[in-house]
Amino acid sequence: MTSSAESPIGASLPRSRAARFVTGKGRYTDDFTAPRMLFAAFIRSPYAHARILHIDASAAMERPGARRVLTAKDIAAVCKPYRAVNNIFPTMNSPLQHAVAIEKVHYQGEPVAIVIADTRAQAEDAAEHVQIDWEPLPAVTDAEAAASSKTPVIHEGFDTNLCFQTKIETPDIDKCLQEAAAIIEESFIFGRHTGVPLEMRTILANYDASDGILTVTQSHQVPHELQGIYARQLGLAESKVHVICPDVGGAFGIKLQAYNDEIAICAAAVILQRPVKYQVDRLEAFISDVQARDHHVKAKIALDANNDILAFAVEDIFAIGPYPQFPRSSLQEGFHVIQLTGAPYRFRDYRGVLQVVFQNKVNAGLYRAVGQPISCALTERMIDMAARHAGRDPIDFRREHYRREAEFPCKSPSNVALTKMALLQCHDAVVDGMQIRALRKEQAALRERGILRGIGIATFVELVNPGPNYYTNAGLAVSAQDACTLRLEPGGTVRCRVSLSEFGQGTDFSIGQVVAATLGITASAVEVECGDSWTAPFGGGSWASRGIMMGSEAGWRAARTLRESILKTAGQLLQCPAESLDIRAGEIVEVSGRARMSVAELANIAHYRQGLLPKDCQPELTATSHYSPRDLDYVSSAGVQSSYVEVDAETGFVRLLRHGVSHDSGNVINPLLLAEQLRGGAVQGIGSALYEECLYDEDGQLLNGTLADYLVPMAAEIPDIEIYDVATPWQPTGAPKPKGVGEAGVAGASAAILNAINDAIYPLGASIAQIPCTPERLLDVIDRARKPPAG
Amino acid sequence: MTGPADNVRLTISLRVNGELIERETPVRKNLVDFLRDDLGLTGTHVGCEHGVCGACTIRVDGRSVRSCLMLAVQADGCEVVTVEGLTASGEIADLQTAFVQRNALQCGYCTPGMLATAADFLASERPRSRDAIREFMSGNYCRCTGYQAIVDAIEDVARARAGQDTP
Repeated sequence: MTSSAESPIGASLPRSRAARFVTGKGRYTDDFTAPRMLFAAFIRSPYAHARILHIDASAAMERPGARRVLTAKDIAAVCKPYRAVNNIFPTMNSPLQHAVAIEKVHYQGEPVAIVIADTRAQAEDAAEHVQIDWEPLPAVTDAEAAASSKTPVIHEGFDTNLCFQTKIETPDIDKCLQEAAAIIEESFIFGRHTGVPLEMRTILANYDASDGILTVTQSHQVPHELQGIYARQLGLAESKVHVICPDVGGAFGIKLQAYNDEIAICAAAVILQRPVKYQVDRLEAFISDVQARDHHVKAKIALDANNDILAFAVEDIFAIGPYPQFPRSSLQEGFHVIQLTGAPYRFRDYRGVLQVVFQNKVNAGLYRAVGQPISCALTERMIDMAARHAGRDPIDFRREHYRREAEFPCKSPSNVALTKMALLQCHDAVVDGMQIRALRKEQAALRERGILRGIGIATFVELVNPGPNYYTNAGLAVSAQDACTLRLEPGGTVRCRVSLSEFGQGTDFSIGQVVAATLGITASAVEVECGDSWTAPFGGGSWASRGIMMGSEAGWRAARTLRESILKTAGQLLQCPAESLDIRAGEIVEVSGRARMSVAELANIAHYRQGLLPKDCQPELTATSHYSPRDLDYVSSAGVQSSYVEVDAETGFVRLLRHGVSHDSGNVINPLLLAEQLRGGAVQGIGSALYEECLYDEDGQLLNGTLADYLVPMAAEIPDIEIYDVATPWQPTGAPKPKGVGEAGVAGASAAILNAINDAIYPLGASIAQIPCTPERLLDVIDRARKPPAG
Repeated sequence: MTGPADNVRLTISLRVNGELIERETPVRKNLVDFLRDDLGLTGTHVGCEHGVCGACTIRVDGRSVRSCLMLAVQADGCEVVTVEGLTASGEIADLQTAFVQRNALQCGYCTPGMLATAADFLASERPRSRDAIREFMSGNYCRCTGYQAIVDAIEDVARARAGQDTP
């Protein structure tokens, strides 16, 4: 390990990839073309629930440039149907899914046919001439209605709209609730969100019958996993499928699972034996990208006579659309709700009930932070209500009830293993950093003048970097192992290939920093590549805040091996023991510091002038290490966020004045990239708390499927996000051990906003338990508080 | 929504990043598609195709334009500058450096449009406050960064161009 004070670990270095992006030289999937490439347009169901009676494509085939219209029958000839199966949840109802709908559609936007033409415009033109006869059927949209036995069942052959149900409870929960001194209850509604990566989902598939290879260039998070999925669905050998994820223009979990339209494009390429490109347009993205967080939750918190917390109890109805998303399913979001509610706090008893239901909306998927924003909002709103009941400041109430560091590792009453979390440190970092006690005084003074400001605080717990036990037991072809291959090249550059994927986080560059620090070379001497399922070492990819956690460990291990090999070779060349040598800033030095030769010189000799080496010296210039976290099911991680808002009681508008985030990020590898991840996540969470919602009418028609109507935060609405990071310093003898921050910002932001708004409107006697807190909804609760119902 | 098909075409002549271009194009083709597909200038990105997100922002005759809302044939006789041209001329070199230094981009997809709008802001006489920057940049969506580093980068360049040091 390098002893240099200028270690690239912990340095705020700008990413090398960024230089390409600022000059417009990023290469996203739509920037790739292929000879004889064709374009696809999908015909998608205009109904949320309907029977397909007849498809007549003859007129479409007459249109200029039209080459082929593919329906379910054509696709089925080369592509198997599939279902999301998870052996941990054997009782999960999981209907068979088809890349293109057969006979029935179950959501607005479901693919019904594909038109292939010479240009995209021609494909879209021709698609307008495909005649389809429909029999519309009643749609099930509302989560609670879907759970009712009186509601029609949307899947034929099933007797319920229930996908899955489960319960986590302690034996004494009922007794505890009976004996509690106080029980505070609230009913929450969470609206559907979606990720809105700015680059829409895009795929270019090419099948070459001469060698039987399917090459897929795709905007996606997990190239290795896709390789297996496409091989299995199309009946190809896994070795004959090559998936390349070039620059990816945002992903956020939206590009993590497999999509029916993307599988269908691979099938189309096999059928046509020509390259086929498809990009969803923005309007299609809103009806085909996975959505998330459609929950109705009844929550309780029980207190004893001293206002200590006895128990949490939540009942969640989670509506996931017509299918668990393939292949990982959509259940995790619901599990987060029932596993993580109450997680930061000490309490004894617990009940979490989860009902996952089918409905006629596009599938729910695993959007950034998954169910953690929900469990955080439930917990933190209930804690605020409990503090209010106890007559305590919510800041002090939290501080008193956090789990203490000495308690970890432990199991929560919801049966979740919690590793060490710096709850108090994160709490104090935000409270002190934002000077919340001073804000309280300002808030009180402004209230006198009729200005409604609110302070919200939210403590969040995340389960990050899931280990192999989950995927092994689930029977999913998802790798919880990642790898790094290092190649010392002539000139001293180390080419680093990792199985992790990069879509803006800087994971690739940060892994390079770890490799550089471990080897003792500069960060600029490491070139990191990823995203290619054939050239990168095999592994999982990036999701669940795991990229840097997995990549730094694999990179550290591979770099140690390569370092040993470099020093051994240098020792043989310089005729001294390898142990007497070190590598510092790219120079091979004696331990005393005296320079002997550069790594570049050694690399040149090893590659081009082997004649200078002793005869028994066969230098190993490539090193690979694999890593999977075998000791833990996941790592628990924590943070605190706080919002300061002003509510206009006449218009319902909320202005976010300040927002602070603290997070236990372990050993921080690149503070510059870390801060921007936390900020970007927080802003997405703020968007979901205030603006974002996929609105449907009762027929399951999306009402706001454009970027003009689905509101994402813009620069003017958002203040600077204050970061109060809580880092654990690196132990130079071990692996770096960062904690991922990809989801942290999202996990706590909406709860902080919800609490701040409730704090602001409390003097009006109003409260809100619905996300997003839109002006209309705020005016409703304020009006109701002002005009209590008669009688 | 059937409009004129691809076979209804016109020949246009325009200057793109200083080069004279003469091409036949379907009259219905958006300028952004013409730049990307016909000229291979893939630095200009498509994010929404309805003029909201700003990813396709370029400069036409000195003014910022959403190239998804303009037809290629409307650019006949115009002077078009894309991120490739702004890079080649060195006009935004300081801004590009500041974006990299501040990590004012993650996935990079919004970046060319963001830079075009930022260049516009810096060329304007507007006040240089962070609020003014945020207001001006509000037609460009970034889903990754949370905007702060973008504001930082623009502020750095505004200061530097005014001869002030970065704090």
